[in-house]
Amino acid sequence: MTAVSDARLLEVRDLSRRFGGGRTLFGVKKPQLTAVGALSLDLQKGETLGIVGESGCGKSTLARLLVGLDRPSAGTIRLDGEDLAAAGRRAVAAKVQYVFQDPVSSLNPRHTIRAILEAPMRHLLGLGKAERARRLDQLIEDVNLRPEFLERYPHEFSGGQAQRIGIARALAADPDVVVLDEPVSALDVSVQAQVLNLLERLKRERGLTYVFISHDLAVVESVSTRVAVMYFGALVETAPARAIFAAPRHPYTRLLIDSAQIPGRQRAPKSGGSGELPDPYNPPPGCAFAPRCSRAEEICGEAMPGLEARSGDSQHHVACFNPIPLAAHS
Amino acid sequence: MTSAAAAAVTAESQPRRERPSTLALLLNNRLAAAGLVVLGLVVGAALAAPILPLADPNATDPAHRLAPLFAPAHLLGTDALGRDILSRLIWGTRVSLAVGVSASLIAAVVGSAIGLVAGYAGGRSDQILMRLIDLLMAFPYILLALAIVAILGPGLINALYAIAIVNVPFFARNIRGITVGLARREFIDAARLSGKGPLRILWSEILPNVLPTIVITLSTTVGWMILETAGLSFLGLGAQPPQADLGSMLGDGRKVMFTAPTISLVPGLMIFLIVISINLIGDGIRDALDPRLRSGALARPSFRTAIAEPLDRPTAPLDAAATLDVKGLRTDFRMGPEIYHACGGVDLTIAPGQCLGLVGESGSGKSVTAMSLMGLVPSPPGIVTGGTIGFRGEDLATAKNERIRTLRGSAIAHVFQDPLATLHPLFCVGDQIVEAIRAHQPLSRSEAEGKAEELLTLVRIPNPAERMRALPHELSGGLRQRVSIAMALANDPELIIADEPTTALDVTVQADILRLLDTLRHDRKLAVLFITHDFGVVSEIADRVAVMYAGKIVETGPTTAVLADPAHPYTRMLIDCVPVMGEPERRLDAVRGRPPAVNQLPAGCSFAARCPRVEPDCSTGEIVLDEKRNGLQARCLHPLEPGETLA
Amino acid sequence: MTATVAKRLLTAIPVLFGLSIIVFLMIALIPGDPATAILGSYATPENVARLNASLGLDQSLPQQYLAWITGVLHGDFGRSYALNRPVIDIVLERFSATLLLAGASLLLATVFGLLAGIVSAVRQFGLADKVITLIVLIGISMPSFWLGLLLILFFAVKIRLFPASGMVAIYGGGGPLDILHHLVLPAVTLALVATGVIARLTRTAMLEVLRQDYIRTARAKGLTERRVVYRHAFKAALVSIIPVIGIQAGFVLGGAVYVETVFQWPGIGAMLVNAISQRDILLVQGGVLVVAAAYVLFNLLADICQTLLDPRLK
Repeated sequence: MTAVSDARLLEVRDLSRRFGGGRTLFGVKKPQLTAVGALSLDLQKGETLGIVGESGCGKSTLARLLVGLDRPSAGTIRLDGEDLAAAGRRAVAAKVQYVFQDPVSSLNPRHTIRAILEAPMRHLLGLGKAERARRLDQLIEDVNLRPEFLERYPHEFSGGQAQRIGIARALAADPDVVVLDEPVSALDVSVQAQVLNLLERLKRERGLTYVFISHDLAVVESVSTRVAVMYFGALVETAPARAIFAAPRHPYTRLLIDSAQIPGRQRAPKSGGSGELPDPYNPPPGCAFAPRCSRAEEICGEAMPGLEARSGDSQHHVACFNPIPLAAHS
Repeated sequence: MTSAAAAAVTAESQPRRERPSTLALLLNNRLAAAGLVVLGLVVGAALAAPILPLADPNATDPAHRLAPLFAPAHLLGTDALGRDILSRLIWGTRVSLAVGVSASLIAAVVGSAIGLVAGYAGGRSDQILMRLIDLLMAFPYILLALAIVAILGPGLINALYAIAIVNVPFFARNIRGITVGLARREFIDAARLSGKGPLRILWSEILPNVLPTIVITLSTTVGWMILETAGLSFLGLGAQPPQADLGSMLGDGRKVMFTAPTISLVPGLMIFLIVISINLIGDGIRDALDPRLRSGALARPSFRTAIAEPLDRPTAPLDAAATLDVKGLRTDFRMGPEIYHACGGVDLTIAPGQCLGLVGESGSGKSVTAMSLMGLVPSPPGIVTGGTIGFRGEDLATAKNERIRTLRGSAIAHVFQDPLATLHPLFCVGDQIVEAIRAHQPLSRSEAEGKAEELLTLVRIPNPAERMRALPHELSGGLRQRVSIAMALANDPELIIADEPTTALDVTVQADILRLLDTLRHDRKLAVLFITHDFGVVSEIADRVAVMYAGKIVETGPTTAVLADPAHPYTRMLIDCVPVMGEPERRLDAVRGRPPAVNQLPAGCSFAARCPRVEPDCSTGEIVLDEKRNGLQARCLHPLEPGETLA
Repeated sequence: MTATVAKRLLTAIPVLFGLSIIVFLMIALIPGDPATAILGSYATPENVARLNASLGLDQSLPQQYLAWITGVLHGDFGRSYALNRPVIDIVLERFSATLLLAGASLLLATVFGLLAGIVSAVRQFGLADKVITLIVLIGISMPSFWLGLLLILFFAVKIRLFPASGMVAIYGGGGPLDILHHLVLPAVTLALVATGVIARLTRTAMLEVLRQDYIRTARAKGLTERRVVYRHAFKAALVSIIPVIGIQAGFVLGGAVYVETVFQWPGIGAMLVNAISQRDILLVQGGVLVVAAAYVLFNLLADICQTLLDPRLK
C-alpha cells in the first residue's frame, strides 16, 4: 500500500437510498420511504468513524451502501477517488469489507469454516491452494481461534467465536476499510469486550480503517476517533469523539447521551417522554427532529438545516439552526 | 423467550455436539422403520418380478376365471379373464411405482428449479413465474390432470406427465418460500462480499440449505402421486389394456365387485400399503431433517411448570412480611438423558415497595428463575425440583393451580421483553387490557373499558380512547411496552416481574420506559423483580442487586455497594468489561473463556475456571453465599476487599 | 374493510382471465386436427368443416379467443356432440350435484378436521392424540376410489344401510331425505382425506401457536386454560388453517371425480371422465372452466376471511 498524501479514503456525496415508490399496475402510487437522504461523508485513512443512531435511522442501509450490497438511488461513493458504482461488486469487496450483526446467521450452516474463509481468497484474490492454506493459518491465529476449528461447522461455535470467524472472513480479502454493523450487539457483555479488544488489535496490526455502526453510545465512544450521529436518514452531527461526547451541539445528540444508562448513576426523574419518531412515509417538512425538540424555532419546521461547522471548530459539524451553545457545557 | 430459554441453555452448554445421522434418527423412529420394511418388501418384489416364478400376467384362461383366493396355482385367485392376480399384482405394482416415482422426480426437479430461480432472482422474474404457478394452482388438483389428459389423450405416459405437471406448483411454491427466506439471510450477503456470483451462490450457498426441504416435500408427496396416477388409471384414463397398473386392475375389478370383491380389494390394499408406508417414511424423514422438530421444541408448554414429586423443600419458615421470599429454588430442564440445572438453588427476598435487579448474562438462569415463580417456565422440558416460593408468607410452589391462576395478573403481574411478540397480534390492545381486568374483577365490559382507558392514560399513552382499538403492530415499540405495563397494572398488583422489559427498545425509548416504571413503582408502592443484563439499567431503577452465574446467585447487596465495590470477582469482571460512557480511555478487561455447561457443573465455584484469583480450595465442596461486609453477600472464598482490583 | 374486500375481488380478475386462456388453449393444444378429435374418426367431412367454422379455427388465435370468451360470457359454451345438447345446460345440471357432494364433504372435513386437530394438540402425546394421529395417517393414505368400494361392500351390500349408487332412489325417491340418504357414503368417502389433512395442519398450527410468547402473556394474565386455548391460540392458528381449507376445497372438487365414478353420483366429475373418454372436448372445456372458476371464487372467499381475521395481511 502506498502512502496516500490525501488522507481521504472514502468520499460519500449526496447519497440517497429510497425504498418503494413507483406505481402499481393500476397506476396507484406506492408509498415511498427515504432510508438515507442526500448524505455526505468523508472517511479518513486510519480512523474509526463511529455512526450512532436508533433503529430506523438508516445506519444499516448506509452500511450496506458503503460495501456495495445495496445500490444508491442517487449520489456517489468514491474509494481512493474511484467511483464504486462503476468499479463493480468484486472490486469493491476486495477493498471494503463488512462484519455482520448476527454472527451465527452470517455463516452458512452447511459450510465448514475453512470453506467460508477460503471463499474471499479464491473469488476476490484468485489465490492458489498453497497460498490460501498459508494465509488461513495466519488468519485463524490472528482472531484467536485454534486451527482445528477450520474443519467444523458454524453451529458448533458460541456467539463470540462465530463473530471472530465473521471478522476473519471480512479480513480474508485483505481490505482497506471494514464496515462493522453492530458487531457486538448480539453478544453477551462478557464476550463483547473480547471482540472489541480483538478489533482494536487487528486495526493496529493491519492498518485498517473502520466504520463502526452501533446504537450503543458507550461502545462507540470507546472505539471511535470520530463520531457521526444519524437521525431519520441524515447526519445531524459529526465531530471528533471526545468533542461530541463532551459538548454535543445537536439537541438530538444531547437526548441520546442523556438517555444512556450509566452504571452507578441514578438520574433525577425527568417528567414527560422524549417523543416518537416521525412517520417515515410522511416526513415532516424542515428538520425531522423539530417536533421533538425543545429548542425548535419557527424556521426549524420550514427548512432543512445543512451539516456545517457552526462555531470555531472546523472539525465539528452540526445540522441545526439553533445548536446548543458551547458555553452551555462548561 | 419461552422455548428460546431452553434452547439457549442447551446451545450455550455443549461445546461440541455431534448430530446423530439422519439415517440413525430415521431408524430410531419405529413407525418410519416399519414403513421402510414394508416398502422394502414391496419394492423388492416389484424389482424381482421378472425372475420370480410367476404366471404370465396377461395369459387369459377363461376356464379358470374368477377363481377364489388360495385356489390351486392361483394364490390370490384369477380375474374375469382368468388371469393370475398375484402375478398381475406384482407386475402392476412395478408399473405403478415406476410411473409414480418418475412423476415425482420430474415434478421435484422442475418445480424446485422454478422455485429456486424465482426465489433468488426476485423482482419481475419472480412475479411472472409465480403468477404462472398460481394459475396452475387455480385449478382444482385432479381437474388439471384431467384437462391435460383430455388434451394429450388417455394413456399411461400422458397420465405421468399430467400428474407431474400438476405437482410442479407444490415444489415451486415450497422451495421458493424457503429460497426467499434464505436469500435475505446474512450469509448470502457474506457470500456476495466473498466475490461469489449469482449462479455460484444459488448452487453452493442456497441449494445445500434447500435440499432438505426438497427431500421432505418429495417424501411427503411421492405417495400421493402414486395414488393419483393409480386414480387416473382407475378412471380408465391411464394405463390402457393390455398394460395394467394397480389402478386399472382396481377399475377392472370394480365391474365384478359384487361377485368377486377380492379382485378389486387386493390391488386397492396394495396401493394403500405403498402409500401408507411412504407416508410413514416421509414423516420420519421430515422429523429427522427438520431441526426444530428434532429438538422437541414443538412440545406444547403446559398451564404451569411441572413440580417434582416429592419437592425438595427447605425447612426454614417463610418471611410473611416480605412480598417475595424465595428459598432454595431449583428448576431443571430435562432434555433426553441430559439434565440442565438452569436455576440451581436460588434465594431471593423482596420487601414491599422494593426493586430487586436480577443481573446475569444469557444462560445464567435469571429468566428461568423469574419465570419459575408463577410457573411460566415451559414444561416440558422445565420442572421445578426444589424450593419454597413465599409470597406474603404463602408458598406458591405447593399452591393449587387455581390459586396460581387467580394470583397471575392480579397480585403478581409480568412485563416481558419484546412487546410485539408478547401481545396477541390479532386482538386490539384495549381488548387485551379489558380481558386482563375482567379475569379478576367482576366488572361489566363498559366499566372495564373505562378502566382500561384510565390505565392507558396512566402509562402516558397519547389519545388513549383511540389507541384502545389499535392492534399491537400499529403501535411503536415504546407504546407497545407501555400497553404491556398498563396490562400489568390492571389489577393493582403488589409485585411486578419484569423480564428485560427495555432490552428490545431504543435508548431514548428505554429511558422513557424506565422512568415510567420507576415513577409508577414509587407512586403505587410496587415491589419489582427486574431482570436485566445491563448494570446501567440496574443502577437506574433497582434498590438491590443480585448477580447470577451458572444458575446461582453469586453476589447480592444494595445497588450502590455492589456496583462500587463488588466482593465477587465475577461481578467485578462483568462491570469492568463493559464500556462506560464518559470513560473511553478505560481498558476493557475481557473475561476469559465461557460459562460452564449447567448440565456438567464443576464442584465448588462455577466461576473458578475463569477467575484470576482462583485457589485450590475453590474447586471443592459447596461454597455458600454469605455476608462479606456491610450488607454485601457473595458466594466466594477469596472475595475482593473494597477498592481492590483484579490483577 | 370494504376497500380490502374490493381489492381482493379485483385480484381475482387476472386469475380468471388466465384461467380462461388456459382452458381456451385446450383445443389449440390438441395434437392433430381438433375438429376430427372432437367429432371422432367417424365424422363426415361436412360436419368437420362445419365445426371448424363454428369454432372459428380458420381465424387467428386472439380472434378465436375473443369470439370464444364472448360466447362464454353469454353462456354459450358450444354444443356437446356426444350428447347433442348445449354444453352449458349439461354442465350446470351436473355441477349442482357436485356442489352438493363437495360442499357436504368440505363441511364434514372442516368440522371434524378442526376438532380432531385441536384435541390432538391439547392432548399432545396422550392417548387421544395417538389415536387421532393413526386415523389421520390411514385417512390420508387411503385411495378414495378404494375406500368407496369398501364402504359400498359393507354398508350397501352387507348391512344394507345406505344405497350403493345414484343420487335419488329410482322409484319414488327425490325428497331431501332421500338425497341425504344417498349422500352419506360418497360424502364420507370424499371427506376422509381432507379431514386428515385439516386435522394434521390444525394440530401443527395449534402447537406452533401455543409456544408463542403471547400465549405465555395470556397465561400470565391469569386467564383460564380454556380461554387461552380456544380464544387466544385458536384464533391465531385459524389464520394459517383457513388457506388450507381453501386448498382442500380444490382437492374435494377434484376428488369428486373418483367418488362420483364409484357411486355413480350424477356430478360433473363423472361427466368429465366420460367426456374425456369420448373425446367430447367442448364438454370437457366447459366443465373444467366452471369448476375452476368456482374454485377460484371459493379461495377468494377464504382469502377475504383470512384478511379479516388478521389485518396485518392487508
